[in-house]
Amino acid sequence: MLKDITIGQYFPGNSVIHRLDPRFKIIITGVFIAMLFTADNFIGLGIGMVFLLVSFLLSQIPFKLMLKSLKPIIPIIIFTSILNLFFLDGVVLFKLGFIKVTYEGLRTSAFMIIRIVALIMGSSLLTYTTSPITLTDAIERLLSPLKKLKFPVHELAMMMTIALRFIPTLIEETDKIMSAQKARGADMESGSLLQRAKALTPILIPLFVSAFRRAEELALAMECRCYQGGDGRTRLRQLHSTGTDFFALGISIVFFDIIILMNCFLG
Amino acid sequence: MSVIKTENLTYTYSIGTPFEKTAVDNVNLEIEEGALVGIIGHTGSGKSTLIQHFNGLVKPTSGKIYVDGQDIWAKETKLRDIRFKVGLVFQYPEYQIFEETVYKDIAFGPKNMGLPDEEIDRRIKETAELVGLHKENLYKSPFELSGGQKRRVAIAGVMAMEPKVLILDEPTAGLDPKGRDKILSQIKEYHQQKKSTVLLVSHSMEDVAKFADKILVMNKAQLFCYDDTPEVFKRAGELSNMGLAVPQITRVFNRLKQSGIDIRTDVYTTEFARKTILEYLEKRGGERA
Repeated sequence: MLKDITIGQYFPGNSVIHRLDPRFKIIITGVFIAMLFTADNFIGLGIGMVFLLVSFLLSQIPFKLMLKSLKPIIPIIIFTSILNLFFLDGVVLFKLGFIKVTYEGLRTSAFMIIRIVALIMGSSLLTYTTSPITLTDAIERLLSPLKKLKFPVHELAMMMTIALRFIPTLIEETDKIMSAQKARGADMESGSLLQRAKALTPILIPLFVSAFRRAEELALAMECRCYQGGDGRTRLRQLHSTGTDFFALGISIVFFDIIILMNCFLG
Repeated sequence: MSVIKTENLTYTYSIGTPFEKTAVDNVNLEIEEGALVGIIGHTGSGKSTLIQHFNGLVKPTSGKIYVDGQDIWAKETKLRDIRFKVGLVFQYPEYQIFEETVYKDIAFGPKNMGLPDEEIDRRIKETAELVGLHKENLYKSPFELSGGQKRRVAIAGVMAMEPKVLILDEPTAGLDPKGRDKILSQIKEYHQQKKSTVLLVSHSMEDVAKFADKILVMNKAQLFCYDDTPEVFKRAGELSNMGLAVPQITRVFNRLKQSGIDIRTDVYTTEFARKTILEYLEKRGGERA
């Protein structure tokens, strides 16, 4: 069950999208999110969706994987659409007791669903096509101007890298500890909510202990290799931007402009 | 009567994805009650997955497992009862310790079984003594103890459930030779005292050769053989071809045989080697005279 987590999972490949400079990919994703939130009519939103669809097809990510990334947000989608559907005033389409559905409600909830789905798919596309390490590298580079303000950019990026690195390790560890406690007769599947929360102690304590142990070991290993922060550090992977990157950014800005124009003409 | 029996046991990981892999392939096996079995095999040969089937932690893709003649995946079987019957000590078991005191941690298993307090107390004291934990350590926090002692606590935690079958996955990994021999002899003592079945997974052929009556060899997800220890070591050549290191002493005797000396090759402990060599010399001396 723990193995089903896909958020932040990299899907290796060699498509145009995979090869884009990660810094540009982050900026383009930002532009895409801006597109979704500036669009205030369906045509604008449709243009955003076309943009998403084209990048998605270019990335050669299996469609199934994309759907999987949507699974955890289904409750959020249902919740927001219900709120919008029933609680917005306007032209009443039909009424059933105290429940009434308005035209505005229907429109807003459809709009919200498309927006959320596109948002998640767009950002998953970024994480599916960029390995976590390159992603944090790019974040560090993008944030580097903040260094002038004494903001610890390198440290932040290093923390993110380490956190990402240890997610699979800790998941595996949790699985192992759970099996070990089950073998001693721990019962995690039945009982009241309180009993189940209590049954988590035998898992959480060893997990914390081992996380701290790993942290200490890692810190020691880093110090042994003379790690002392970002100053004067060179990189194994240099980021290079090419014509394709600028072209991709250009295209996304064009899409953004079209959406703004749509807002002016149709809004 | 066999205490664990498998029929065409097969387990496949991540079915339907590119990572699909068969870890246990059609294993048919019968383990007799009271046996002390060594399980050996390469990393990734499926031995860890196999033993996790025996107490129902892993559900087979196909095939059946019987514990005490009971199909453990039958509807009416309670898996928890099976887990009390088949105790499993994982690799590096010290990382599963969580209680405030050693006493409480050993009590976790027996408590889950719903035993009365006096019985739990008796079992804790008995197993603590068996694994060589001092009485004053029982009321200490387990996190104050050394690595080797923590491992003993964790092993005692499973032993205290007094399972019919005790399975240990590499109980000596990461210990020094002295600690290794100590834990192994304590396991052997438990086996003799409780007359229970013990399955011991190990990398070290030497350890297995010294302690086990029978050996189970896994190779590439399949059961290579399950037989009495001398019988298994007669096949030393095949074992080496698999990449399993046979005990050094067995290798010596195989080489002697290869160089034309007429000597038996099912030798796997130093004591037996000494006896064999003396016998051989005596025989040859007799011939000469």
